Amino acid sequence: MLEIKNLHVKLEEEDKQILKGVDLEIGAGQVHAIMGPNGSGKSTLSYVLSGKDGYEVTDGAATLDGADLLEMEPEERAAEGLFLAFQYPVEIPGVGNMTFLRTAVNAQRKARGEEEISAGDFLKEVRARAKELKIDADMLKRPVNVGFSGGEKKRNEILQMAMLAPKMCVLDETDSGLDVDAMKLVSEGVNALRNEGRSFLVITHYQRLLDHIKPDVVHIMADGKIIKTGGPELALEVENNGYADLLGETA
Amino acid sequence: MALPQLKADATTARLDGLSLPDGAAWATEARQAALARVTSAGLPHRRDEYWKYTDPASLVQPDAPKASLFHNDEGPLFANRDRVQIVFVDGVFSAEKSSDLAAEGLEIGLLADALATDIHWAKDLYGVLETNGQTPVERPLAALNTAFASAGAVIRVTGKATKPVNLIYLHENTTSDAMIHNVVKVEAGAEMTLLETGPAAARFSKCLEVDVAEGGTFHHVRAQGRDHERRAVTHCFARIAKEATFKSFTLTANGVLTRNECIIDIIGDDAVAHVAGACVGDGSDFHHDDTVFITHDAVNCESRQVFKKVLRNGATGVFQGKILVKEGAQKTDGYQISQSLLLDEDSQFLAKPELEIYADDVACSHGSTSGAIDEDALFYLRSRGVPHKQATDLLTLAFLAEALEEIEDEDLAEDLRARLDNWLARRG
Repeated sequence: MLEIKNLHVKLEEEDKQILKGVDLEIGAGQVHAIMGPNGSGKSTLSYVLSGKDGYEVTDGAATLDGADLLEMEPEERAAEGLFLAFQYPVEIPGVGNMTFLRTAVNAQRKARGEEEISAGDFLKEVRARAKELKIDADMLKRPVNVGFSGGEKKRNEILQMAMLAPKMCVLDETDSGLDVDAMKLVSEGVNALRNEGRSFLVITHYQRLLDHIKPDVVHIMADGKIIKTGGPELALEVENNGYADLLGETA
Repeated sequence: MALPQLKADATTARLDGLSLPDGAAWATEARQAALARVTSAGLPHRRDEYWKYTDPASLVQPDAPKASLFHNDEGPLFANRDRVQIVFVDGVFSAEKSSDLAAEGLEIGLLADALATDIHWAKDLYGVLETNGQTPVERPLAALNTAFASAGAVIRVTGKATKPVNLIYLHENTTSDAMIHNVVKVEAGAEMTLLETGPAAARFSKCLEVDVAEGGTFHHVRAQGRDHERRAVTHCFARIAKEATFKSFTLTANGVLTRNECIIDIIGDDAVAHVAGACVGDGSDFHHDDTVFITHDAVNCESRQVFKKVLRNGATGVFQGKILVKEGAQKTDGYQISQSLLLDEDSQFLAKPELEIYADDVACSHGSTSGAIDEDALFYLRSRGVPHKQATDLLTLAFLAEALEEIEDEDLAEDLRARLDNWLARRG
């Protein structure tokens, strides 16, 4: 599904190398987690995959089912099936949440040469999905993320994910800013979307999210590289001992 | 004080080719008084403080600069709305193109007829609100209009009008120089919606005087034509009585020069006055100026100014907005926002927001911003699959939304939104 090879990335504006050779391979239907201390390059990896400006790839490759992600515009990557759940979902005053969702769904369909979804079908599906995530009608009508609480914003991300039905989902610190109940709700939303054709890359500081979204593989990232890969037990090790031990091992 | 020679010469040159139209004694008196205001103030010049950001030369020069005719492939605006249509072609009333001028709750007439009638209600308003609006800032182009305009509509609103009145200004002559003066009197508790659409002329001078009596409501929605080369100076003078409501919205797309002045006097307690505008301009020959002056002279009144401009390819937008709160106008709630979305580095927005307050128990705020498309929002939309151009358009419409929300009638707002969609869609 997602294949990242020797990825090197620096900031465009300054001479600062953030990713220093990331290798990662995620198979179809798998859930991988990346953990790591602040500044290790986790969020940068998610931005580079989704095509945000401000980063320069100096070496390496990233492909989604063989398609070269790094050559594509952000919207093309989305149409190809990549989805990034933002750590800080952006507020867009003046654009209704429904309009936004429908525009996005139809834009992706159009890019793939599919027919637009009818207004009736769209409404029906949004309502059903929103209900599962406890998103009320008012939230759907309001401008995108404007005045949403932290939990509402994250649930709105999952709603978008559900509606867009991507094959590769990157969750960037989806647990940040969530209380226990909200985390549970969001995790249930994510788990409901798990299937053999859809893969997840879950980026997080903490093990607690991984109690809810159980990963197949856990990677530890530090200083722009993946320094250790293991099973779910690796996350528990981090939870118990912190990153210091792991960092020490490789130093 | 004598006028500077340049200004005196320009004023004389402009007045040379004009003669006061005939009319009833009161009308002639009003016109002569207006002419006197023009000659004493002189027509505006770039060096006048009030015209610092907009060069009035082409509005003042004797002949109208040529403006090519523009074929509007979108068809007439508000075509699906049931409305009284009063059509002027290059500033001349067309009975043939207009609909029946009778409607429930409205008494509609033509300015020329009103000004020829010895006893007419318009006497108390024609040139009167314009005169009130000459202090503290002189508006000689409005006085010029009062002196020489012979076309326009006079509307008395006696009840709740069941359909809007649409003044339609067609442009069919490349050198037309049109003056139109409309007078509206909203009686106590009465209500109407006035629509104004179309480019009107190569050069257009328009005055609207509106008197809203106690508890009356006046809605105004205007769309200035898409003709690229047209020029317009418009004045709206409104007087708002106790518990009355005045709401005006203007959409402007294109035009080498547009100056819209709105002067509102709130004279009765608990009244509301909103004035808003959205403008979209493309190209270095686009220049659009909103100049607003709202005076609060009563207690517990609310005023809002909401102006949004989208500018690209070297377009220029101007906003001069003032809230004057007079002594004793306590509990005033005044709000003013002017914002521009600059789609490139060549475009510019010049803003002069002003507050002048002589009462101590008021809440007034004003803000003005200029900015580019929000990169984070753009990336967010694109990351969801919305292509760059579509995402930019969506954000542009979102930027204008706050101004469009000032329109109460959702159908009318929808018609204008569709025009904006088309405007954006035409641009790559």
